[in-house]
Amino acid sequence: MSTLDPVISLVNDRALLISFSHHVDIPHIQRRVLRLAQDLRKHSLCSASNPDGPLRDIVPGPGNLMLELTPDASMPLTELTERLESCWKRLEDRPSLPPRTVEIPVCYGGEHGPDLMQVARHTGLTPQSVIERHAANTYEVLCLGFQPGFPYLHGLDPALNTPRRDTPRSRIPAGSVAIGADRTGIYPSPSPGGWLIIGHTELKLFDADNPERPTLLLPGDRVRFTIAEAIHV
Amino acid sequence: MFEVLRCGPLTTVQDQGRHGLRHLGVGQSGCLDPVAAAQANLLLGNARQDAVLEVLHFPLLLACHSDCDIALSGDDTDARLIDQHRQPIPEGRLLPGFVHRVRQGQLLLLPGRRQPRTYAVLGMAGGIDVPEILGSRSTDLNNRFGGLEGRPVQSGDRIHVSHHADAGRRLLDGIRSIGPTGRVRAIPGPEFERFTPQARMDLWQTRWTVGRQCNRMGLRLSGMPLQGDVGGGMPSSAVLPGVIQVPPDGRPIILANDAQTTGGYPRIASIITADLWQLAYLGPGSRIRLEQVSVEEAQTANREWQRYWSILNLSASGEGA
Repeated sequence: MSTLDPVISLVNDRALLISFSHHVDIPHIQRRVLRLAQDLRKHSLCSASNPDGPLRDIVPGPGNLMLELTPDASMPLTELTERLESCWKRLEDRPSLPPRTVEIPVCYGGEHGPDLMQVARHTGLTPQSVIERHAANTYEVLCLGFQPGFPYLHGLDPALNTPRRDTPRSRIPAGSVAIGADRTGIYPSPSPGGWLIIGHTELKLFDADNPERPTLLLPGDRVRFTIAEAIHV
Repeated sequence: MFEVLRCGPLTTVQDQGRHGLRHLGVGQSGCLDPVAAAQANLLLGNARQDAVLEVLHFPLLLACHSDCDIALSGDDTDARLIDQHRQPIPEGRLLPGFVHRVRQGQLLLLPGRRQPRTYAVLGMAGGIDVPEILGSRSTDLNNRFGGLEGRPVQSGDRIHVSHHADAGRRLLDGIRSIGPTGRVRAIPGPEFERFTPQARMDLWQTRWTVGRQCNRMGLRLSGMPLQGDVGGGMPSSAVLPGVIQVPPDGRPIILANDAQTTGGYPRIASIITADLWQLAYLGPGSRIRLEQVSVEEAQTANREWQRYWSILNLSASGEGA
C-alpha cells in the first residue's frame, strides 16, 4: 500500500478532510501534511494571509488535514479537491527547515504530579525512572487541538503507557504535564480530564493577549522536557 | 451604560466569532445565530461584527444609566421597559427587529417565554465595548478569554458601549426575523459508512429529542441510541460547529460554536451551513428530525443563504435592497 494516497472526504458542505490510514508512519506523513498546510498558506489560498483567499482554516490533525472554505467562497469543493491533489503531488520530499526545539522545564511529582506514583505502579518502574524516561525523549508536535495551544505529542516511551483514570478529575490545572495511554501532553488551560498528572510547567502554553504568538508551540516543533525539580517520595 | 440587575447563566458577549485560528486549537465562539446579531447591529447603524449580548436564559433585567438605543433580535421575549418602581412604561413593549430608545433611569426587562429554548440577541448602539482579543470580542467560555473577562455576564456587571455610534448611518426601520423553520438539513459525514445500515437509517428517521446536556459547546440528542460504529478507534481529527459525532453510547452530539477544534468520535453527519443558525433555537426538550440532503443541495442552499446575507448587508449600507 502506498502511504502517499490520502482519502479525501467531506467534513461538511464547505470543508474537506484528507486523511491517511493511521497504520502508516505518522511522523513521516505528518511532516508532509504540515508542509502541505504551509504550501497552501503560501499560495494565498488562506484568508488569513489574503483577504480574498477562499480558505478560512487549514487544520492539521494526527495524519490528517482539514480545509475549510469561507461561507461565501466562490471556489467549489470540486476545484478545491483538484488544487489539493495537485499540491499534494507536487509536494517534494525536499528537506524542510530544521525544526525548532522548545525546552519545557517540568517540576515532576509531589503536589505538581499527584499521579506520578500511579504511573510508577502501573509501569513497574521507579518514579525516578518514569521521570528520566519522560524527559529523555524528543517529542514531535503533530498538531494543536482540544484546547488552544494543547500539543498532540508523538514520541512517548512505550514503557510509560498508562491507562487513563477510571474517574476523570473535575479539574486538571493549567500547566499540568500528563500521560493518557500512549500519549503525553501539557494542558494550557484548566480542564476536566482522565489523564495522569506527572508534573507541572510554569511556561505559558497559550496567551490570548499575545496576538503575534498566542501559542508557545506550533505544529512541527520538537519538544524536550527538562527536569526542573523531581519529588518522588 | 447598562448595569446588570438580574441574569441567567449563559448570558455572554458575542460577535460573529473568532475565525482562522483553529490550527492553534482556538475555537469559534460567537453568536449561535450570527444573522440575529448582524440584524441588530445593522438596524443600529453598527458594524455587522460589533459585539452584542446573547441571552439563552431568562429573565434578564438591566438598568440604564445613560440613554442608549438598542435593538433586539431572535425570539420575541416579551421585552419591555419598566420604571424604577418596576411599573410598566406606556408603549414600553419592545419588539424584536426595531430600534428602541432606552432612557437613563429606565429598566429593560426580557422575561423570556416558556418553551424549550428562547434565544435573544440584544444589540446596543455603538456595540458593546470589550477589547478585541485574537480578532474577536466573543467570549471563549472554555478557555476564559474574550467578552467580559472570559466569563458569562453576571449581576452587578456594567456593560459599556463604544462611542462610535452613528445614528445617521441607520437606513433600516425594521427587519423581520426569519425564525427557525424546524427543518435541519444534514449531509453524511466522513465516518458515515462506518455505521451499520440500520444506524444510518435511524439517524435520518428518528425524531430526536434534545437532551439536558445542551449548551454552547453542543447538543446531546436522546432517542434510541445508534447501534454499531463498527470501525473501532480512530485518530483525532478536525471538527466544526454542526458536525454530528457519535460517542460509544450511541447518543449523537451536534457540536456548536464553543466545541473544541479536534475530536476523536466518528462523525456520522454534518448540519449544512445554511441551517446551522437554527441550532440557537433548540433547547432541552426540542424535537428535531435530521433531513438528509445531497452535497449539491447543501451547496445550493448555502448560495441562497449567502445571497440573503449580501442583501442584508447591502440594504444596511444603502446600496439598494
